[in-house]
Amino acid sequence: MARMTMIEAVRSAMDVSMQRDDNVVVFGEDVGYFGGVFRCTQGLQAKYGKTRCFDAPISESGIVGTAIGMAAYGLKPCVEIQFADYMYPAYDQITQEAARIRYRSNGDFTCPIVLRMPTGGGIFGGQTHSQSPEALFTHVCGLKVVVPSNPYDAKGLLIASIEDPDPVMFLEPKRLYNGPFDGHHDRPVIPWSKHDLGEVPEGHYTIPIGKAEIRRQGSAVTVVAYGTMVHVALAAAEETGIDAEVIDLRSLLPLDLDTIVKSVEKTGRCVVVHEATLTSGFGGEVASLVQEHCFYHLEAPVVRVAGWDTPYPHAQEWDYFPGPARVGRALVEVMEA
Amino acid sequence: MSDLDRLSLHVPEPAVRPGGQPDFSNVKIPKAGSVPRPEVDVAPEEMRDLAYSIIRVLNRDGEAVGPWAGLLSDDELLAGLKHMMTLRAFDARMVMAQRQGKTSFYMQHLGEEAVSCAFRKALVKGDMNFPTYRQAGLLIADGYPMVEMMNQIFSNESDPLRGRQLPIMYSSKEHGFFTISGNLATQYVQAVGWAMASAIKRDTKIAAAWIGDGSTAESDFHSALVFASTYKAPVILNIVNNQWAISTFQGIARGGSGTFAARGLGFGIPALRVDGNDYLAVYAVAKWAAERARRNLGPTLIEYVTYRVGAHSTSDDPSAYRPKTESEAWPLGDPVLRLKKHLILRGAWSEERHTQAEAEIVDAVIQAQKQAEGHGTLHAGGKPSVRDIFEGVYAEMPPHIRRQRQKAGY
Repeated sequence: MARMTMIEAVRSAMDVSMQRDDNVVVFGEDVGYFGGVFRCTQGLQAKYGKTRCFDAPISESGIVGTAIGMAAYGLKPCVEIQFADYMYPAYDQITQEAARIRYRSNGDFTCPIVLRMPTGGGIFGGQTHSQSPEALFTHVCGLKVVVPSNPYDAKGLLIASIEDPDPVMFLEPKRLYNGPFDGHHDRPVIPWSKHDLGEVPEGHYTIPIGKAEIRRQGSAVTVVAYGTMVHVALAAAEETGIDAEVIDLRSLLPLDLDTIVKSVEKTGRCVVVHEATLTSGFGGEVASLVQEHCFYHLEAPVVRVAGWDTPYPHAQEWDYFPGPARVGRALVEVMEA
Repeated sequence: MSDLDRLSLHVPEPAVRPGGQPDFSNVKIPKAGSVPRPEVDVAPEEMRDLAYSIIRVLNRDGEAVGPWAGLLSDDELLAGLKHMMTLRAFDARMVMAQRQGKTSFYMQHLGEEAVSCAFRKALVKGDMNFPTYRQAGLLIADGYPMVEMMNQIFSNESDPLRGRQLPIMYSSKEHGFFTISGNLATQYVQAVGWAMASAIKRDTKIAAAWIGDGSTAESDFHSALVFASTYKAPVILNIVNNQWAISTFQGIARGGSGTFAARGLGFGIPALRVDGNDYLAVYAVAKWAAERARRNLGPTLIEYVTYRVGAHSTSDDPSAYRPKTESEAWPLGDPVLRLKKHLILRGAWSEERHTQAEAEIVDAVIQAQKQAEGHGTLHAGGKPSVRDIFEGVYAEMPPHIRRQRQKAGY
């Protein structure tokens, strides 16, 4: 077992996949010779050659469009969108093409592609390097949406995504690349090398898409989170002393509803947390499902903690980012309700 | 203030509107046989003129002339004529079927039959087209059964696409025909990706991208040219310039560019313009581009100069935006009549045989229609199951869709 950062885990997943299957190709802006702006593809071109790992023009619709064509041919492209904030030019290709090709051709053609994209804030990236657009994908039938929260999951989920027969949006919380950031921006982050979930097997393994993981057992309140917010929620539980059960969704689409329902039936309370803006965010979907399935178990209204409904600011990053203090207040609120 | 006039916005207008006299004096038609045929490995910058001329083989007398002539045998040309006649008869029946309420929608090819029918013959089995909604000739010329096309158009119980797609949005991997989106231009860059994959795998197959004049304005068109140019993808980039994008004349998409083909020059992609109503010219140019692609020399851009004689779709009435007689004034004539004339001149065809073939083709189309209608039409007879709404969104149905299917009662 090796210790890996999330960057190394993602890279290892691509390495293992490229080794096992000649049809896996990796490309995107700066991913070839240089190895990506976050270095996730470092060394892959040297190892597999420049026809399997290469630089692409700065054209997200072109990157995704060509990946779709390659998938129709029989390849399994795993492409990088440099920042999730840059995916919008490809949105037509993602939503009306990748997501629909199996359906509209009745399986005559399929689209097994993976779009990796660094997501979320916490790095002073301003409005164009901090967004969390997952709900723009979960609203699209035909896509799968995955958000890992640690190196072990990142590798297992990315290999599963590459092997999946359908298009997967793989959002990598960039603030977690080097350690389990819990929102305490004024403290040093523990590196993944000192965290249990930084232990990553070097070989092949998968984590099934559509299965959540309970990160903290608890009986007082269920916190539904994913990505960076998993670590924020864990910190909030410790700091408030509230016995929260923290669910790490890992996959948003398909969603592991059973795990959420079982937990809320036990706790009777639910807080949903995400970095993305509140209105029409994925938290709205979770809250709605919880009231549909757990209404008679609920002892308090479901509370959402999310990014404010504004663009992601630069200087006021820590007033925007839903940190442990805000999540903690929500826990108290839902316990006192 | 200076003495400059204030700015004004330029909005291009077609030469003529309804009520006016059709006028194509701005379409410069070179003589058949006058455009040279370079070797396929000539550097793109040495054949820039081809983006501004029109490659033509059939002259006014029906003779095949010049360096692009002489590629097809009598039998191949007869087959081509029959494909075009079949497509035309098929279209006529399906437009009628739409009017009779047997389907919701149809798009015909009238006047453009040579483009897709001749092009298909320049490809081989295994190559892949990424078509728009007006290239059904690719299927007809490859022997795809008409009854299957009609099953799709009628969205009946035998519809290969299970009622999910708008009529005429066919899909057939086996016949090298990528699933039609209905979106515009998205398929153009996908074709480039498919071709890149073929090159990555050291395969011999090539791809063909299709787009209309209007949709060249989409960003995916330009993305496709960038990727094709950068990676020298083995792809043929086809632009069907039929003069009209629904009601918008081609000048709105073309802007200040001399021709659509010329868009390729800035990317270092050889760009050719061809008489789209000349079966022999379309075939010759497609064959030339296919050879370039297959010899790993990279992409070729082809603009087919043609005219959309019919309405954009069954939801469109062209008399609202162009003179009713404009198609008669179109200087490149009718592709079926031109090939027929050529075959008669060759001694391989006659008026009598043509009349007889026409009757046989209409009969075959009617027989196929009867068979398809036996499986139902949009509002009558057999239809796909409600279950088909929920199947095939993913390879494996996720729980939330299963719950919804159960809620729908299936």
